[in-house]
Amino acid sequence: MSLTKEFFKGFYTENPVFRLALGLCPTLAVSNSVQNAVGMGVAATFVLICSNVIISLIRNVVPKKIRIPIYIVVIATFVTIVDLVMAAFAPDLHKSLGIFVPLIVVNCIILGRAEAFAGKNSVFYSFLDGLGMGIGFLLALTLIGVTRELLGDGKIWGIPMFGSGFEPVLLFILPPGAFLTLGLYLGLFNWIDNKTKK
Amino acid sequence: MELKTLMIIVVSSIFINNFVLSRFLGICPYIGVSKKIDSAIGMGFAVVFVMTLASMVTWLINNFLLKPSPSNLFYILFSPKEPPDLMFLKTIAFILVIASLVQFVEMVIQKLSPGLYRSLGIYLPLITTNCAILGVTILNLDLNYSFIESIVHGFSAGLGFTLALILMAGIRERLELAPIPESLKGIPIAFIMASLMSIAFLGFSGLKIG
Repeated sequence: MSLTKEFFKGFYTENPVFRLALGLCPTLAVSNSVQNAVGMGVAATFVLICSNVIISLIRNVVPKKIRIPIYIVVIATFVTIVDLVMAAFAPDLHKSLGIFVPLIVVNCIILGRAEAFAGKNSVFYSFLDGLGMGIGFLLALTLIGVTRELLGDGKIWGIPMFGSGFEPVLLFILPPGAFLTLGLYLGLFNWIDNKTKK
Repeated sequence: MELKTLMIIVVSSIFINNFVLSRFLGICPYIGVSKKIDSAIGMGFAVVFVMTLASMVTWLINNFLLKPSPSNLFYILFSPKEPPDLMFLKTIAFILVIASLVQFVEMVIQKLSPGLYRSLGIYLPLITTNCAILGVTILNLDLNYSFIESIVHGFSAGLGFTLALILMAGIRERLELAPIPESLKGIPIAFIMASLMSIAFLGFSGLKIG
């Protein structure tokens, strides 16, 4: 169990969105603009790190049969904290993320890492795992967000990138565009994987 | 509330704001269970059942335990100066309710239909993390629905999810036999299919109702 391996695996080899197919709901919903994508990525990373650390701390006292509800309560607590902090200090972001802020609770990445890693490993490695996976999630969200906002609106972070003659493909910021972009990126990463395996 | 309002909720939850194809809720089981039509139908009905029950129970909890209103049970029992505002507990309370309901549904299905239980496999307990269920309960809150409206919303959101799931399963069963490029096989082609279905459902957003 090496330090760099546990940290960097979330970036590409075990990227939660593109490799593990976790956390797809928020990925599709908030990637219509880079601001939303980054905001969600940061919020989810915070919850992931905190819950990984706490769950790793209590992993030896939690009875195996009821561990899932206990993990859910821990995660829900941190999500409530993030929800209230965001509503107070970043109300515009809170409003545009809408119901997906409380829905961080059921983000499969967080419960998945708690079950698969934090429940069995030490606090330090759980912290690294949470940080790495969170950054991987953030990177995936940003990649899709940049693609969708650039093609669908001609902007990145609200800054127009092309001249006024650019006719954006509205489809990309609408729901079908989300599915299409994610599907094509998944296909692309599969293709890269197949090429490097040969 | 009139029947008209309820019908508007039904049509809008199933078609115009379809939970999977417009609201992006319930994607994980959507991709995971939609390979065969039979398991899709089974999963769909389980989700409808849990969504309806969850909408009912969370509305009651919201109105009698969390909201700062004169009918708040804590206010009635302990008589503080003013009704306590416990809305910040909604996330924790709702998800615990959903987790228990799913546990209950799992036991019922295991008793009544072991075949369905086996074919749903890991995806049955995963209904707990189905964003659609927590999503519909929070939406009921945001949209300020009454008790009956919440139940109708939960039920028809579940129907919309089931519809999208069965459509996807039907397409994917045929895709098994189609010549697809290697890197697109499996999840990528499912998402591209979903995108085309989503475009079709976008057509409903022009529906003028009410």
